[in-house]
Amino acid sequence: MKVLVPVKRVIDYNVKVRVKADQSGVDLANVKMSMNPFDEIAVEQAIRLKEAGQVTEIVVVSIGVEKSQETLRNALAMGADRAILVKAVDNVEDDVEPLTVAKILKGIVDEEQPGLVIMGKQAIDNDMNATGQMLSALMGWSQGTFASGLELTDGSATVTREVDGGLQVIKIPTPCVLTVDLRLNEPRYASLPNIMKAKKKPLEVKEPGDYGASVEKRLTIVKVEEPPARKAGVMVGSVEELVEKLKTEAGVL
Amino acid sequence: MAVLLLAEHDNATLNDATAKTVTAAAQMGGDIHVLCAGSDCGAVAAEAAKLSGVTKVLCAKDPAYGHDLAEPLADLIVSLAGDYDHIVASATTSGKNVMPRVAALLDCMVISDISGVHSADTFERPIYAGNAMATVQSTDAKKIITVRGASFDVAAMDGSAAVEEIGAVANPGLSEWVEDKVVESNRPELTSAKIVISGGRGMGSAENFELVDKVADKLGAAVGASRAAVDSGYAPNDYQVGQTGKVVAPELYIAVGISGAIQHLAGMKDSKVIVAINKDEEAPIFQVADYGLVADLFDALPKLESAL
Repeated sequence: MKVLVPVKRVIDYNVKVRVKADQSGVDLANVKMSMNPFDEIAVEQAIRLKEAGQVTEIVVVSIGVEKSQETLRNALAMGADRAILVKAVDNVEDDVEPLTVAKILKGIVDEEQPGLVIMGKQAIDNDMNATGQMLSALMGWSQGTFASGLELTDGSATVTREVDGGLQVIKIPTPCVLTVDLRLNEPRYASLPNIMKAKKKPLEVKEPGDYGASVEKRLTIVKVEEPPARKAGVMVGSVEELVEKLKTEAGVL
Repeated sequence: MAVLLLAEHDNATLNDATAKTVTAAAQMGGDIHVLCAGSDCGAVAAEAAKLSGVTKVLCAKDPAYGHDLAEPLADLIVSLAGDYDHIVASATTSGKNVMPRVAALLDCMVISDISGVHSADTFERPIYAGNAMATVQSTDAKKIITVRGASFDVAAMDGSAAVEEIGAVANPGLSEWVEDKVVESNRPELTSAKIVISGGRGMGSAENFELVDKVADKLGAAVGASRAAVDSGYAPNDYQVGQTGKVVAPELYIAVGISGAIQHLAGMKDSKVIVAINKDEEAPIFQVADYGLVADLFDALPKLESAL
């Protein structure tokens, strides 16, 4: 079975986010970019399925700027077999909306016919948590979102989902879309020899039009601001003083 | 035109998140119709009918809707969508699961996790784990929205809307519920608790979390944890507060042995009063705390328990 893993190039999760003075967005110039952490977990899961003999080929795809190639090479170095870059925008600050991404991915799924699509539950930049569900809807497939456990048997996937209050286990037929949560696995680091080998793995460059899709925006960004800052608090010297202040000053006890 | 609002419930009681979502929906304009879909949700529909501002409750009873499975629920919502220009749900795991599916089926973008309503088509939402706030305007004919509960107050229960039974739509048969593994607890639910006390990596072990539990029981508080504590196996994942866990905004949030990584702050910085107890006076958590105490938590927690 072939697995498709979409990956997104986003601001590195360790980088402090700075809002631009003109309120047009977040400053992404000369900022370290990395693979979205949830997508790393998706790549890792695909590799583990391949190592277990349940998957034969892993195709990774990224939709964004030309530089997303770096993210794809990283996935190839981890163990994916080949990559597709869909060059959808020129400016890194032009985020491609999940609906557009899902439409492009549908075109790729129609062409590649994977048995499974595994992706991160959410990108840590726009925090939409939407693309997997949207792709599943456009394909008319089942969706197994926020997965922290996965068992593949012939023609179906048993998915343990992280839900409010605990876990939910569902069984869905394949092909399907899975979106992964943090606890599913711990992604590996690419070794240096594998990074070298990844440079020779195939990487195709495509355009949205190749899949009959166009990049359109349904949401206009009016402005992006800093979140309201909390005013500085006070330090207390003892537990007794703390309890006293919570009772009398803050009135929350 | 009106707002269709998906009720969040467990077939027995209505989740608080729905009452908060009603408050957000009221700011979008138009009548509010609540959709209760479940296996046996008559009591929930009756409760939803009392929510202030709700003008009608649609009640769809069918086993297919018993476990919040996205595929049948999305088809039901889409079948009703024609009459509405806003379709909203709480930004719970259930709402986040189904609403993007609804949006794609209607060829609309979803507007996830809104924290403010500026007008019928313009909304505020946190991005980059709450490190930036974006104001976005939708050009879609229908606005498909999930609402961050922590940003809105609960609506009053002084209404008396009519409840209308509606039929189920054909089950696409794409998914099958196997089981729920819900942690039984006598404590309040994390996202709706008035007081939350969370432990971090500083707790050192799962056994030590009992110190937090004891204070929580004294306060009638919910117990949370940082991602570091969850990753270290000190606390279960559904305790997790933060960007990758739950977003809470209680009256009082007590962070114990939590350094204050951005990812954690994203989940609790809207709390009314924040208390931080940490032995490292340089810990970033103190920058957002209203009251900070530099102390060893193994000394401070038992003292706190007895002082309460």
